[in-house]
Amino acid sequence: MPALRLRGVVKRFGNLTAVDHLDLEVPEGTCVGLLGPNGAGKSTTMRLLTAQAIPDEGEIEILGLPLPQRSKEARALCGVVPQLDNLDVTLTVEENLRVFAYLYRVPRNDRKAAVERALQIANLTDRADTKVDKLSGGMRRRLLIARGLVHQPQLILLDEPTVGLDPQVRQELWALIDRLRSEGVSILMSTHYIEEAERLADTVTIMSHGQAVATGTPRDLITEHAGHEAVEVYGPPAKLHEVEQEAKAAGYATRRTGTSISILNANGYEGERRPTNLEDVFVLLTGEEIA
Amino acid sequence: MSAPKRLGRLERPALMGVLVREIINFASFWRSSTFSATVEPTVYLLAFGFGFGSLVSTVGGYDYVEYVGTGTVATAVLFSSAFPAMFGTFVKYKFQRTYDAILAAPVDTEELVTAEVLWLSVRAGTYGCAPMLVAIVFGLDPSWGMLLVPFIAMIAGFGWACFGTTISAIVNSIDNFNYITSAVLTPLFLVAGTFFPIDGLPQWAQVIAQINPLYHLVELVRHAVFGFEPGADLIHLGVLVFFALLMWRLAIHFMEKRLIA
Ligand SMILES: Nc1ncnc2c1ncn2[C@@H]1O[C@H](COP(=O)(O)OP(=O)(O)OP(=O)(O)O)[C@@H](O)[C@H]1O
Ligand SMILES: [Mg+2]
Repeated sequence: MPALRLRGVVKRFGNLTAVDHLDLEVPEGTCVGLLGPNGAGKSTTMRLLTAQAIPDEGEIEILGLPLPQRSKEARALCGVVPQLDNLDVTLTVEENLRVFAYLYRVPRNDRKAAVERALQIANLTDRADTKVDKLSGGMRRRLLIARGLVHQPQLILLDEPTVGLDPQVRQELWALIDRLRSEGVSILMSTHYIEEAERLADTVTIMSHGQAVATGTPRDLITEHAGHEAVEVYGPPAKLHEVEQEAKAAGYATRRTGTSISILNANGYEGERRPTNLEDVFVLLTGEEIA
Repeated sequence: MSAPKRLGRLERPALMGVLVREIINFASFWRSSTFSATVEPTVYLLAFGFGFGSLVSTVGGYDYVEYVGTGTVATAVLFSSAFPAMFGTFVKYKFQRTYDAILAAPVDTEELVTAEVLWLSVRAGTYGCAPMLVAIVFGLDPSWGMLLVPFIAMIAGFGWACFGTTISAIVNSIDNFNYITSAVLTPLFLVAGTFFPIDGLPQWAQVIAQINPLYHLVELVRHAVFGFEPGADLIHLGVLVFFALLMWRLAIHFMEKRLIA
């Protein structure tokens, strides 16, 4: 039984189809990355999983429980880390965790230990009595993640867990997520950082305009869509345009980077070679530029 | 792993979770909210009781201070339920996204709304007694019936908290509360028999008073303090309970529409 399974899920907001016939599976104990540009439907997918949005079509199952009918039981087993910080700013770090220990029904005798453990995970034990609005951005993020783990969930839903953090804090969070997975927790993590998906995810689903445009291990996705090597050509815009037209005419897939053009799957193409990466696949499939 | 047990509606642990959050929060601002909830009606009591009381000595057979002291219980209930519900709910779903966080936990909208208004109704039950206690200092005679006032205030507070929650789920901007305050709450507050009896009012205002839960609250509180009139009071209580139940379901309905996409 997979930790999570979506089949043909559609979610519309008026004329806009935010999630469009999405199939997605998180096998138990694995980390699946949901990689997509802004507006791809990642957060909407996350909200469907907590029944904070109800799908127009399709089926969702979490740990064998059909949604939305059994969503309350499913929510009890899931830890959720939202994209937008919704900590209680008027409460202290410890109070935030305590409230969630109640909300997630941690048994009375375990509550104190659960809060202590979450404080350690957040690395905020010595800031337990600090009000949340006095914390730094990185500390808040760590608390937000620890809050979602207070009841030791079997499945965690992370919506862009490291957005806006400096590289060092990001590394720390990656180590934490990696550790959770090695402890057997199943993870669905949305991100638009390629490196994050590459580092943490066993399989990646690339999402664009609400659809899953490709699914596989990072390695397989790269080989399938971008080949082993790319040729990167630098030059003035006119030159790049010319190279692009030529390569396309010869049947090669290309992608633009700010100052260069890459010819993917470059077997037989002359020029400076580099290994392909997940970014090539992402840009190729979503048409998005990486900033 | 054993199959997770099926969870029902309005579960105690879910209500508890939401209540615990409110209680912890309250610990840090009880001073200011207790201050405004008690001082406001006291100011009304003193201003009307002594300002007006010097012109009229008795109203409807009561000492004017006694009349206003019991009437402003309804004012205190309204101020400590409808207004905090309107503003608090709006802030919690819109600005702080607190409700987003809570609904990701095993808590349903029905439980969230119910726990929030239960908490407000307990506060209204407590704060509602403040004017009566102040009036005792100024000469209102204590009576056994006063012990029922917190419970009456709680039922009414539940209804008004649900009313505030419903309004906040419907409006799109916090400024829209002004319309509700001016067009609904202030008129109802004035035709409730708090400061003057409604029988002096034109016919249409008396009709409005009959469907005004605040009027029934004022009457029931006065009768609890000065002596019940069983037939009439059963109707007053019935109206309050009906208002509370109706508003409760409306609050849940509109919050669900607001919170679940
Ligand atoms: N409640 C809503 N009402 C109307 N439209 C919505 C709602 N929620 C999301 N959308 C729209 O659905 C689309 C997908 O949004 P979503 O937030 O799921 O994207 P995302 O992949 O999480 O993007 P980002 O990386 O920017 O967080 C967007 O066009 C968004 O405007
Ligand atoms: Mg998002």
